[in-house]
Amino acid sequence: MIRVLLPYHLRNLARVDGEVQFEVAEPVTVVAVLDALEARYPVLQGTIRDHGTLKRRPFVRFFACKEDWSLEPPETPLPEAVRSGAEPFYIVGAMAGG
Amino acid sequence: MSKIRVLVGTKKGAFILTADGKRQKWEISGPHFAGWEMYHLKGSPVDSNRIYASQSSGWFGQVIQRSDDGGRTWSTPGSRSDELQSPDGMPKGESNKFMYEGEAGTHKWYDGTQHPWEFKRVWHLEPSLTDPDTAYAGVEDAAIFKTTDGGKTWQELPGLRRAKGNLWQPGAGGMAVHTILLDPKNERRIYVAISAGGCFRTDDGGKTWKPITRGLKSPYELPDPDAEVGHCVHRIALHPSRPDVLFMQKHWDVLRTDNAGEQWTEVSGNLPSDFGFPIDVNFNEPETIYVVPITSDSLHYPPDGKLSVYRSKTGGNEWEPLTEGLPQKDCYVNVLRDAMAVDQLDPCGIYFGTTGGQVYGSADGGASWKAIVRDLPAVYSVEVQMLP
Repeated sequence: MIRVLLPYHLRNLARVDGEVQFEVAEPVTVVAVLDALEARYPVLQGTIRDHGTLKRRPFVRFFACKEDWSLEPPETPLPEAVRSGAEPFYIVGAMAGG
Repeated sequence: MSKIRVLVGTKKGAFILTADGKRQKWEISGPHFAGWEMYHLKGSPVDSNRIYASQSSGWFGQVIQRSDDGGRTWSTPGSRSDELQSPDGMPKGESNKFMYEGEAGTHKWYDGTQHPWEFKRVWHLEPSLTDPDTAYAGVEDAAIFKTTDGGKTWQELPGLRRAKGNLWQPGAGGMAVHTILLDPKNERRIYVAISAGGCFRTDDGGKTWKPITRGLKSPYELPDPDAEVGHCVHRIALHPSRPDVLFMQKHWDVLRTDNAGEQWTEVSGNLPSDFGFPIDVNFNEPETIYVVPITSDSLHYPPDGKLSVYRSKTGGNEWEPLTEGLPQKDCYVNVLRDAMAVDQLDPCGIYFGTTGGQVYGSADGGASWKAIVRDLPAVYSVEVQMLP
């Protein structure tokens, strides 16, 4: 079971509290997690990655096991702790810089 | 007695102001969509409970919201219980999807090269005059989209970008379709205005469009001051009884046309500054128009720090300041292009919001003003609904 923590505004859009959990088939990569997340919560399509290109939106970042995964190739397998559900996969809004 | 509902979009959420026909005591609800940029909310003219809203964020992009109960509850279109289609009964995502038709193509970029069209957000929503499920969306980068299923899905009307779109070049505020006017006497005629793009008209329901800019002059802004496209039109307005007469607040200059945009004439007259953003028409007097002069393109605040609405009862050229109830010193707010609206009562009510978070209203055609609410986030848009 994969655990995903969404930022405040996306939790509101998806109408969920706290983290969300769902199964993801191997290999568990960033793109596989996002595909599964959007399939379960279609309203999130376009909010994390672009509708057309499926590229990460510029001010969304990904973290796993305290490491920034935003710039990792999206097909890279996530750490074992995320794959096993011991650690959540974080989707966060980047610093605004203001 | 009629009720009034004022829909206010701000930088950090939406607010709904309601009053009876006296327009003296207001109730305020909100923030709706707290923390999100609400570029525009507008109600259907044929179903006052149906409201469309554009919710966006620099982080998470564009979301379309819809209310079917006058703004008490909202949903992303396609997510009501009777519309759910995903296996888990979760909201669908199509309502957020604005994809340019076919090959997106390119427009002019700041350095003169061509740059791909990139969708950023919905600036303006214009519900149909006859069908609550049909609405138009003006977007950045400039294009117009249409829904016929209540906002669940949106399709571009690509003919607009074929009107010399390759020559449109964004200004500092972006390049967006920010005004959509539907002709109440001819359902196939639509006008749009585009910042740093110009003004355009379709006479075939949106298939083909043509620039309507003859008479506009933009010296020191465009290489050719009389160019067919590229003028920075800030806002256009019409009175429903005379849809061939349009009024325009351009970057600089206030203008009018009496022949559906075939020829424009400057009517800035004695305005203290002809730079500004909104323009609107009194519902009961088609030749009475309102603007809010702003000092200049470099100084986006009222001249001398005195906030004044200017009214012309002659369709332009002769203007009078309306200041009663408005701050006449130390006021350095702006009034954005979509942040003024009129109601349909007699005398006509006029409403506008400022970047300082005030929403001012006048229940006497502009003779006097009162702050309905203060200290909201910067106001992006103001629309009025008449309720039964």
